[in-house]
Amino acid sequence: MSAHAAVHHGPPTSFIRKHIFSLDHKVIGKQYYGLALAAVIIGMVLSWLMRIHLGWTNAAIPGLHLLSRNGAPGDVMTPEYYLQLMTMHATFMVFFVLTTAPFAAFGNFFLPLHTGAEDMPFPHFNMMSFWTTFVAFCVMVSSFFVGDGPTLGGWTQYAPLSAVGSVAGPGQGSGVVIWAISIAIFCVGQLFGALNFIPNVLDLRCKGMSMWRLPMSTWAWFITSCMGLTSFSVLMPACILLILDHVAGTSFFIPSNLVLNDQLQPHSGGSTLLWQHLFWFFGHPEVYIAIVPGMGIVTQVLVTNMRKPMLSHRTLVYSMGALAVLSYMVYGHHMFVSGMNPAASLYFSFPTLLITIPSTIIVLIWLGSLYGAKLRINSASLFALGFISLFITGGVSGFFLAQPTIQIMLHATYFVVAHFHFTMAIAAIFGIFSGTYFWFPKMWGRMMNETLGRIHFWLTFIGVYAIFMPFHYLGLAGNVRRYQAFVVDYMQPLIGVHKFITVAAIFTGLVQLIFLYNFFYSKYRGEPAPDNPWQATSLEWSTTSPPPWDNFGGRQLVVYHDPYQYGVDGAHGDYVMQDSPEQIKGAVDEP
Amino acid sequence: MAKVFAVTILLITIASAIPIFMNTWHPVPDVSAHGQAIDDQMSETMWEAGISFLASQIILAWFIWRFSGSRPGEKTRTFPGGAKGLVIAAIVLVGIEVFALGIFGVKAWAELYFTPPGPGAMPIQVQAGQFAFYFRYPGPDGSFGPIHPDKISEANQNFYGLDQDNDADSKDDIVAAEMAVPVNREIRLLMHSKDVSHSFYVPALRIHQDFVPGLDLQIHFTATKVGRYEIVCSQLCGLGHYNMKAYISVLSPEDFDAWLKKQAAFQ
Amino acid sequence: MKSRYNFTALLTVVMLVGCGALLLNQKVSAAGEGKITGTVKLDGAAPHMKGIDMSKDPYCVKVNANTSPHMENVVAGSGGGLENVVLYISEGLSGAAAAPATAVPVFDQKNCQYTPHVLAMDVGQTFKVTTSDQTAHNIHPNPNPMTGNIPWNQSQPPGAPPVERSWKAPEMIEVKCNIHPWMHGWFAVVKGPYATTDASGNYTINNVPPGNYTVTAWQETYGTQTQKVTVAAGAPAKADFTFKAK
Repeated sequence: MSAHAAVHHGPPTSFIRKHIFSLDHKVIGKQYYGLALAAVIIGMVLSWLMRIHLGWTNAAIPGLHLLSRNGAPGDVMTPEYYLQLMTMHATFMVFFVLTTAPFAAFGNFFLPLHTGAEDMPFPHFNMMSFWTTFVAFCVMVSSFFVGDGPTLGGWTQYAPLSAVGSVAGPGQGSGVVIWAISIAIFCVGQLFGALNFIPNVLDLRCKGMSMWRLPMSTWAWFITSCMGLTSFSVLMPACILLILDHVAGTSFFIPSNLVLNDQLQPHSGGSTLLWQHLFWFFGHPEVYIAIVPGMGIVTQVLVTNMRKPMLSHRTLVYSMGALAVLSYMVYGHHMFVSGMNPAASLYFSFPTLLITIPSTIIVLIWLGSLYGAKLRINSASLFALGFISLFITGGVSGFFLAQPTIQIMLHATYFVVAHFHFTMAIAAIFGIFSGTYFWFPKMWGRMMNETLGRIHFWLTFIGVYAIFMPFHYLGLAGNVRRYQAFVVDYMQPLIGVHKFITVAAIFTGLVQLIFLYNFFYSKYRGEPAPDNPWQATSLEWSTTSPPPWDNFGGRQLVVYHDPYQYGVDGAHGDYVMQDSPEQIKGAVDEP
Repeated sequence: MAKVFAVTILLITIASAIPIFMNTWHPVPDVSAHGQAIDDQMSETMWEAGISFLASQIILAWFIWRFSGSRPGEKTRTFPGGAKGLVIAAIVLVGIEVFALGIFGVKAWAELYFTPPGPGAMPIQVQAGQFAFYFRYPGPDGSFGPIHPDKISEANQNFYGLDQDNDADSKDDIVAAEMAVPVNREIRLLMHSKDVSHSFYVPALRIHQDFVPGLDLQIHFTATKVGRYEIVCSQLCGLGHYNMKAYISVLSPEDFDAWLKKQAAFQ
Repeated sequence: MKSRYNFTALLTVVMLVGCGALLLNQKVSAAGEGKITGTVKLDGAAPHMKGIDMSKDPYCVKVNANTSPHMENVVAGSGGGLENVVLYISEGLSGAAAAPATAVPVFDQKNCQYTPHVLAMDVGQTFKVTTSDQTAHNIHPNPNPMTGNIPWNQSQPPGAPPVERSWKAPEMIEVKCNIHPWMHGWFAVVKGPYATTDASGNYTINNVPPGNYTVTAWQETYGTQTQKVTVAAGAPAKADFTFKAK
């Protein structure tokens, strides 16, 4: 079924409408991309500061005292400042990079193009979604400069540490309130976005664009939006309750009889575990929100570069859907030893183990599709292949963490940090890089430098393995996470490993300058891009690079094929575009 | 370039596996009665995860090597069996593996959590508070006196808020900054948090349990080897989280009695 | 003519004598800036000061290997003298009598305890917290926010520079380290001149202008006692206190 509800708004005329408060999903997508770029730079610099401190704990980092009033007297990082930097690192990365770039940035730009629509169904809401996210970003940044700095409780903000106020530590007063306000605003922005993505897919597909003819990345964005709608809508009230505990004297998350700094706290009746349930009900789908768009992008990039379809796209779609549905049933695996009913730990463990199955199916289909391919190697496909390798590694460590018994040894150790960095921090980032190299010509009308792209890939791929593989070993040895220094006896032999990791991290971080240079140079001076530099089939490649304000120049689009017509006998070139009316015998939709 | 990439993946895979084979970094040796099941589970999982990791990375590397480039003259081919075979393989292989691990794991978990401590288990209480653990022994009367949160005063070394003048049960309670247990004696550990969330992680004893403010929990364990081991907090609790630890000494019964007497005199 | 010279000479002499008198008078006043001295004793046996088990931090154990650290809530010498009692003037100080600047009070973290256990200071006076230890401490004072004193919490890793702060309102503020929960001490914030008793229980409050005053002695466990004194130029007032052991 394809509906014809079309969105009509005139071309932007003023500078403000064109570049700032734009209703055009393409501009909004690029604005999100810019926001994510700023956030990832902040997040990376924070991680460098953390890593230097972990390797050389009492060292003075020149200039550090300029960043914080009390956090680094004499340029030596205090324990609380380490935790504050760590919390901000995770917050910026998870929310403003991983939820923003693969989903909001690329999704906004390409979803309407993939469905053959002129724009999103509610362009004003869409514009608000970006600016709301931007406000959330500014509020989060402001927490560095207010009071005694940002919150130190981790991006997970477990109560009661997050709820009792500044007596629990520097940053736990205004820092928590600002964090919670920022995140609540962020949730609103995401809801506005999801409320655009879903109706676009359901109602704005052009003629001939059935659901199964949508490209994989669009399916991924659709599934992700459904997750976003249902998970962010839980995080937002949780943040509001947390704010109330701070400013309204409530005790949602604070039980009675707590004594901090020899002061009896004036709260009673709350539940600390309640916060964990609310947070992780959001938190687990969130990590799939971070990775599923990457899976969609990688699939699309690989199909284009293999010059053959995947073995079964429907299976990939069903598997991504299964991941999404199961993701709501597994959240308790973050709470195996939290003090919740130990039987519940087993109930959560089984779906967690089961979720391995759709993930494995996805990886096996990718691998099986590589068989017999004619794989083109370029920056985009290299990062896509790198994604597969990294996702395999990240997924395999999940085997361990899915079992409560094993978590007795590995909970809250660097093994967990390894697992989520492989899946989120590097696989998802590789998905973003792959999408960037692939879609840059379409978004900015110019080609990126391929040589620089390959250098960027090589150094980054080796660098990220060098950084994060040792985290597994640290975890197996019992290295507890969120420690600003290692004073525990049995952790002393591990400090050398930390130093190695720090060197690798700074090296790999500096390598990203190559990407930034390539990005900005190409944006202004790159070779002008043709409409379809990769000979790809989906609808974005049937329009100009970049597309005109109404995407397809007012054309009445009709789609005849699914986007997997590669290696087709008798086709002009070796592919058939989705909207090509050519009657070719070999061009048959996937059954 | 594709071939170099394939070789790189292979090298990284092998380099990653070497420290595992050589057991370079491993948990501290187990001195608990229940820990063997956990260590066995860990080995099983490591084998299965290791094989999956090696196999998939090697296949990825091999396919990149073999199927890159335009390979003129060759047509693109489809994996034999197509998606269906792979889906079945995934469900069957992974499903079996996963259920096996899950079901074996239940046994070890049940031993810790669904089996109550024996009647002769020695009760010890641990209180976690920013940023130290304090341990309480009930003394000869065998019962712990009530905790009065309004009387807690670290300044006066009254960590538990005991009212030893008025509560008979508290008079003989022994509060210590380190823990000691007799070897081969089951311990019933009562866990109480004074302020925020903390966690009781003793790698050597293969126990790991979060404290929940507002909810007193109980775990049990038996230490099987004399020695001095570390208890570390593993739930972020504030700026001193990294330095929140205590020592647990596993002692012969005689040494334990002597230790307890010494602590009583120290009160 | 002569009478004008005579007048000028007379005026000069008068001025010179006047200035001299003023100067002499000031010197006399300075010499007359009084003191209050005395001794604070404990009547009865000091309560048992419990030993401190620092085993959670091996560094603290190491630096205390040759001492046995214990609580310092009541520190009484062999002669019964009470240390760490703060004496200050609670009544009689006029606003004009500003205490001249004394040395900056310093609170040191040494061997995982606070030295001194009680740091007395004036309202608004800058004091320093230093660390001499190779383990990180955090300084977390507990003022009552109703007084206007704002709580703070500041860490000092090894080698960190001194923390400089001051307090707005008079208050006896308990200060703790959370990393080493046994560490506690006091910031005794008072208005005007003050002194703290030494190991023998002796004290001297300097720079007290002549007048009638009420002196208060504060000990953290035993609370306060007051005495009225009169300070005269060149004659230090004496105020001895005795706290009864409970």
